[in-house]
Amino acid sequence: MTLSLFIEQSLNGVQLGVQLFLMSAGLTLVFGIMNLINLAHGSLYMAGAFFAAMFIKITGNFLLAIALAIPCTAIMGILMELIVLRRFYARGHLDQVLVTFGLILIFNDLVRMVWGVVPVPMPVPALLSGSVEIMDGVLYPAFRLAILSVGLVVALGLYVVVVHTRTGMWIRAGASNRPMASALGVDVQLVFALVFAAGAALAGLAGMMAGPITAVQVGMGEPILILALVVTVIGGIGSIRGAFIAALMIGIVDTFGRVLLPHALGSMVIFMLMALILAWRPKGLFPVHG
Amino acid sequence: MADQSNPSFSLSAWLRGNWPILLVLAALALVPTFAAATDNPFLIRLFTRAVIFSIVAVALNFVLGYGGLVSLMHSGLFGVGAYTVAILAFHDYEATKFLGLFAGTDNLAISMPLAFLCAMGVAALTGIISLRTSGTYFIMITLAFNQMLYYFFVALQQYGGEDGLQVLANLHFADFNITKRTTFYYVAVGVLTATIFVFARLVQSRFGIILRATSQNERRVVALGIPPLRYKLMAFAISGAVTGLAGALWASGQAFVSPSDLSWVRAGDYVVMAVLGGMGRVWGPVLGAILFVLLEAYLPSWTQFWQLPFGIVVVLIVVYLRGGLVDVLGLTRSKSASNTEGGHA
Amino acid sequence: MKTSLRLAGLAAAAVGLLLSAGAQAQQPIKIGFISTMSGPEGVLGRDLSDGFKLALKHANNTFGGRPVQVVYGDDQVKPDVGRQVVDKMLESDKVQIVTGINFSNVLLAVLKPVLDAGAFYISTNAGPSIVAGRQCHPRFFAAAFQNDQNYEGMGQYLREKGYKKIYLMAPNYPAGKDMLTGVKRYYKGDVAGEVYTTMGQLDYSAEIAQIRAAKPDAVLVFYPGGMGINFVKQYAQAGLKDQIPLYAGAAVVDQTILPALGDAALGMYTGALWSEYLDNAANKRFAADFEKEYNRIPSPYAALAYDTGRMMQAAIDSIGGKIEDKVAFQKAMENVKFESVRGNFKFNTNHFPIQDYYLTKIEKDEKGRLVAKLQQKIMSDLTDAYSGDCKMAAQ
Repeated sequence: MTLSLFIEQSLNGVQLGVQLFLMSAGLTLVFGIMNLINLAHGSLYMAGAFFAAMFIKITGNFLLAIALAIPCTAIMGILMELIVLRRFYARGHLDQVLVTFGLILIFNDLVRMVWGVVPVPMPVPALLSGSVEIMDGVLYPAFRLAILSVGLVVALGLYVVVVHTRTGMWIRAGASNRPMASALGVDVQLVFALVFAAGAALAGLAGMMAGPITAVQVGMGEPILILALVVTVIGGIGSIRGAFIAALMIGIVDTFGRVLLPHALGSMVIFMLMALILAWRPKGLFPVHG
Repeated sequence: MADQSNPSFSLSAWLRGNWPILLVLAALALVPTFAAATDNPFLIRLFTRAVIFSIVAVALNFVLGYGGLVSLMHSGLFGVGAYTVAILAFHDYEATKFLGLFAGTDNLAISMPLAFLCAMGVAALTGIISLRTSGTYFIMITLAFNQMLYYFFVALQQYGGEDGLQVLANLHFADFNITKRTTFYYVAVGVLTATIFVFARLVQSRFGIILRATSQNERRVVALGIPPLRYKLMAFAISGAVTGLAGALWASGQAFVSPSDLSWVRAGDYVVMAVLGGMGRVWGPVLGAILFVLLEAYLPSWTQFWQLPFGIVVVLIVVYLRGGLVDVLGLTRSKSASNTEGGHA
Repeated sequence: MKTSLRLAGLAAAAVGLLLSAGAQAQQPIKIGFISTMSGPEGVLGRDLSDGFKLALKHANNTFGGRPVQVVYGDDQVKPDVGRQVVDKMLESDKVQIVTGINFSNVLLAVLKPVLDAGAFYISTNAGPSIVAGRQCHPRFFAAAFQNDQNYEGMGQYLREKGYKKIYLMAPNYPAGKDMLTGVKRYYKGDVAGEVYTTMGQLDYSAEIAQIRAAKPDAVLVFYPGGMGINFVKQYAQAGLKDQIPLYAGAAVVDQTILPALGDAALGMYTGALWSEYLDNAANKRFAADFEKEYNRIPSPYAALAYDTGRMMQAAIDSIGGKIEDKVAFQKAMENVKFESVRGNFKFNTNHFPIQDYYLTKIEKDEKGRLVAKLQQKIMSDLTDAYSGDCKMAAQ
């Protein structure tokens, strides 16, 4: 492998990692703070992509479409929380898995009814459709660089919010000790609603960013959900920092694994990595709860 | 094991608290008669599927409902059992040797116990690693092992890879031909019945009590000087072995296995069956498996958007029937009884 | 007295016979159509069944004077679910012909029960090599293709084009291997890389970087469904489309994914066993009626399913609807004469097609929609490579 190829592949790995982080951030927040496993997170990802594709078709403007699709996905998330999931905070994880599994089935068929079975188009915005020469002879798609930047901005933003703001303090308090936080006067209901909306918006954003490079179709949320769960668990449930590091790790290992390992191993390499890490650290790399 | 089974287990007392299972088993036994009367032999096939899935769901529920371990690798263990039978039959049919070492066989009296043992071995080996974790981490590490098993069988090009492997040999159990549809169905129902009673007994044995205690408060169990890991590992291996046996039945009945039998979605389906049926009873998952298979078979013939009503049924059951379908029978255990399963321990 | 009684008895028996023959003629022919109707691949089942339904409509829902009754089923891309659906069709609905399956692994799971039950399987799509060769069967017919055929013509074309070094990619499953085997059977130059990726893979950036580094003359891929959308989009975005030409065989870049691909596919060359631009009367009628009926351009899935329906009709018509005579129906299928939308079509001795192979190019039509415009014929009378292995038994 030449140096320029190595650099390009590393960039591919990091870019895939950042994409996974966008998806996992919301999952790990909701999981860590509300103690809620939301498998329907993948449906929010799918909804984000379909909303954005629809608004692109209507407005013809990518940025405007994203700006419209993000609140739509957040509202969908809030509705999901209000109507169904709110009843499940106190229930066991198993009930949560089951009810959100039911929601996946429902959302998939609803999307199929509204948008049909044929994958919908979602073009790359004209401005980002070209490639950038990142070094001598190595072209890199501009849109992937955009995903990379968006992901890094979101990561930085989350870091600032969680570590340096009052809201972030509540979130951390809620994540590490919920009864104590509410005893100390944190409005847990409000924090929960906020976090859920933010998580939904992030999943939607991840879907919108993936739309131009992958197929926008029914069921697109499930494969990515599995990867996001892997990231969340390796990083330690509830840890944004853990999710970020784990996402990069998965992105890079998967990219190089696919290229360097024989196929049979390449397809299972990230699962082997997860098993190894959990065997070594049973609560992930950055455990939040004691 | 003798010192671990509870001498006070009494079948008649257990049946007094769990009488509906007799109705369910009797209904299952009547399926072939009903199928013959209505000239709908397909019902037997459909219920064979339901019965085999029931065995898996009951085995899974032993670690899920009583051990608190949500395993997503039971489809993988099922696949290990199924492929054991299919690969041995393949070598028998082609008259070649497995790994160039030993000949295949079409005798289920040999391949079924092997399937049982192979699945038990895989469950034990992976259990040693995965049982170090708990809760959601356990769900995910078992998912990881399941994916590894899945891609392992996809990679076996000799055995069909993604396309799967047809069982072309004529399988038999010693001198008995059990693959005839109705015979095979009764064999499956027999295995299910045995599975239910064995697990019912295990749950009430000292072993089962420790397992439940471990899932409720592991620290207290450790404080009593009992190594919880050993008990969890044994439970996981037993559950895996029975699942492998169900896989062996599957391969014999379908005459076909493929990696999609090992997919994580199927593993999730087993969890859904167990929870829908009701984890509080050894036999609860049987109801879940039957409902699942019936919905899956008949909803698509009404509408191509069948996942929507299916999803709604799942959500409604989880929201309103907290103990699963067993609740409909008014058999939910009260909190205080939950440790004793019928008050006999 | 005795004689007249006997006569009356004979007459009654004759009337009874006539009546039952009449009833026989009016009894519907039952067909089981199983395909992937739900989930991400549901689009394939939709196109296959829409094409088949159009053939029924054109036949006034009558084959050989008997009404046709079709039972539809969804395999969900799961072999065991397909098996269950087929069992139900055979045993509850008592179907006589099964058709419709698009995935080879599902087909292989259901084939044995269908043939064992004495029913026919007439494939609208999947055509795995094993059924073309060693396991060929008197009651199995592949109306669409043998899997390799989709790519053999492309191998021939790339050779004629004078490419010295090509790069091949497909998902890691037997149909993927079949396709690339098909290419290599006719293309004799260097293969710079032969890469198999995981089924359903989303991101191909790593593989695309490897292609860039390998500098082949051309890239040929087999990525059906959503994978095709992912790969073609990402290949175009990587800026490689204008540097290294990208080709696909039949069954990748078609109307099931073109609307989603958009301009990323523009200018791409793909192989084809059928094109909506083929100049024959049957095809013109099909293409026009399909668009009128469903308000979209037909895909090859729809076209080959339509062809399958027409073929069944022609064969059943020729034996006056008596498909209960299985040997006669087999003979009728083997020698079937019908106007194929593919123009040139006949069955080989292994019940797989002998047909032509074309090159198409993705362009925009006058309404601005992406279409596969017909360029040239690459091969005539393309047979499959496995017929020699087939020893067709008698029924």
